[in-house]
Amino acid sequence: MIHGIFFLCGCVSIVTTLGIIYVLASETINFLSEVSLGQFLLDSQWTPLFTDKHFGIWPLVCGTFLTALIAIAVAVPAGLIIAIYLSEFAHENVRRVLKPLLEILAGIPTIVYGYFALLFLTPLLQNFIPNLAGFNALSPGIVMGIMILPMVASLSEDALYGVSRSLREASYALGSSRLQMIWRVLVPAALGGITASFILAASRAVGETMIVAIAAGQQPRLTLNPLQAVETMTAYIVQISLGDTPHGTIEYSTIFAVGAMLFLITLCLNFISIKLREKYRTVAV
Amino acid sequence: MTTIALSSLGRTRRHWGETIFKLCAISLITLALLLLAALLINVTMDGLPRLSWQFLTSFPSRFAEKAGIYSALVGSAYLMVLIGIFSIPLGIGAAIYLEEYAPNNRFTRFIELNIANLAGVPSVIYGILGLELFVRIANFERSLLSGALTMSLLILPVIIIASREAVKSIPGSIREAALALGATKSQIVFTQIIPIAFPGILTGCILAFSRAIGEAAPLITLGALTYIPFLPDGVFSPFTVLPIQAFNWVSRPQDSFHQNAAAAILVLLIVLLLLNSAAIWLRYKFQRRFNW
Repeated sequence: MIHGIFFLCGCVSIVTTLGIIYVLASETINFLSEVSLGQFLLDSQWTPLFTDKHFGIWPLVCGTFLTALIAIAVAVPAGLIIAIYLSEFAHENVRRVLKPLLEILAGIPTIVYGYFALLFLTPLLQNFIPNLAGFNALSPGIVMGIMILPMVASLSEDALYGVSRSLREASYALGSSRLQMIWRVLVPAALGGITASFILAASRAVGETMIVAIAAGQQPRLTLNPLQAVETMTAYIVQISLGDTPHGTIEYSTIFAVGAMLFLITLCLNFISIKLREKYRTVAV
Repeated sequence: MTTIALSSLGRTRRHWGETIFKLCAISLITLALLLLAALLINVTMDGLPRLSWQFLTSFPSRFAEKAGIYSALVGSAYLMVLIGIFSIPLGIGAAIYLEEYAPNNRFTRFIELNIANLAGVPSVIYGILGLELFVRIANFERSLLSGALTMSLLILPVIIIASREAVKSIPGSIREAALALGATKSQIVFTQIIPIAFPGILTGCILAFSRAIGEAAPLITLGALTYIPFLPDGVFSPFTVLPIQAFNWVSRPQDSFHQNAAAAILVLLIVLLLLNSAAIWLRYKFQRRFNW
């Protein structure tokens, strides 16, 4: 009896996943009955709210990847260097102070980052880049990078920490310097775990909503120019949710189709990351 | 002192390399922390002049200087209480199942994979789920109840993962001692495992709540309104929360509303600071009480 109750609690996660898949799939099928899959995947314009409607998902996907790429470009090199520093160079006391300080960055609500990107970073960057638009991909991208930095640093550090001592000692015994040991032995040995942290960070950046909804704009645009306003998939969902789009219309079902696309992308990224970490864990032990 | 250290290190090229790497890492950390400081100072400078008793106790208004966060603050508090009621028992239950009862088979691994994956699903997707499941199918409307159920699903993976860690850290000797005294499985769980793991679980829950209290995206998707000039009068009442109110103000063009947004964010950050201090205090107390 009690066993059964605990079992049911355990099953809530499965029900949640099934619920997500059911909701996204059923509404996406409704959407695809009106808009062909070809239009969805091949058209290069996304204008469901205009009279001349186009339903090409690529401008939204492009906006999402542009902002996420900027975030990754900020977080990955910095995160890896900080992880190496914390695990190989920093004194234990320094580490104990710095880690929680960096973790604060991950705990700040995204709405605060959005405010910061729109009203602090964009005006600041406009001093150096005069043709930077008020809404742009660059500044929310950078801010997202700062947000996911602690995650990259902390997971990469775990991966480095898991590399066995004998590998380090063997490398030193062959006469390598500390940096040679780090770049040629330690990092390659921990590459599985480090890559897993990058992918997980990418997934977080792709799914991030409030920062881009506030600071990146609402203009679906097929561009790789970070100085212009773009619209991400998440920002589009927020835009439609804020308006009073009635249930049953094609505009309403677009958020489910976009949501399904977003879910698929993050699902793939998460799955790769989980599998990489599992594999790496068995190697390291 | 630094110059001496540098010159002795700098004798060979490899040491220069190390020094440059260290400097690089330290400047990156400094830059990140400076940005954090800039963020906090920026919000405080913008928001502090606007923060007053009147701001805390006024309803939203179309005049920036008359507007306040009363309904958002109360909405956030109600939402947290409801989320706690739904998510804590479910989260502990799932953690206990996985740690104490679950057989080592494919189905258990499937549950674990599910939880790991759900932890990475973007929060807007939970909003879409809640919109269809709770708002439309269950017909709870855009109410506190729908919001709390959606947010509970969102933070459940976090609570389960934290609770499992707490349960896992209990040494086997406690279970064996209880078994030796003739306790049944469920007696062990309710008289030993849950009480001992509770501070750790609570710490995890508080951290999960501090994520929930700052989340706006799933509630916006759910259709939580931004203009609520009244207090919720039950679980079926429409509501707004602090981050949504802040989002509404930050998306307006006027500077005076941006100040309101900053002040609302400041309140949100203070609440988060209190929650996190509570979590740290609990962890500290926990560490001192149990020494195995």
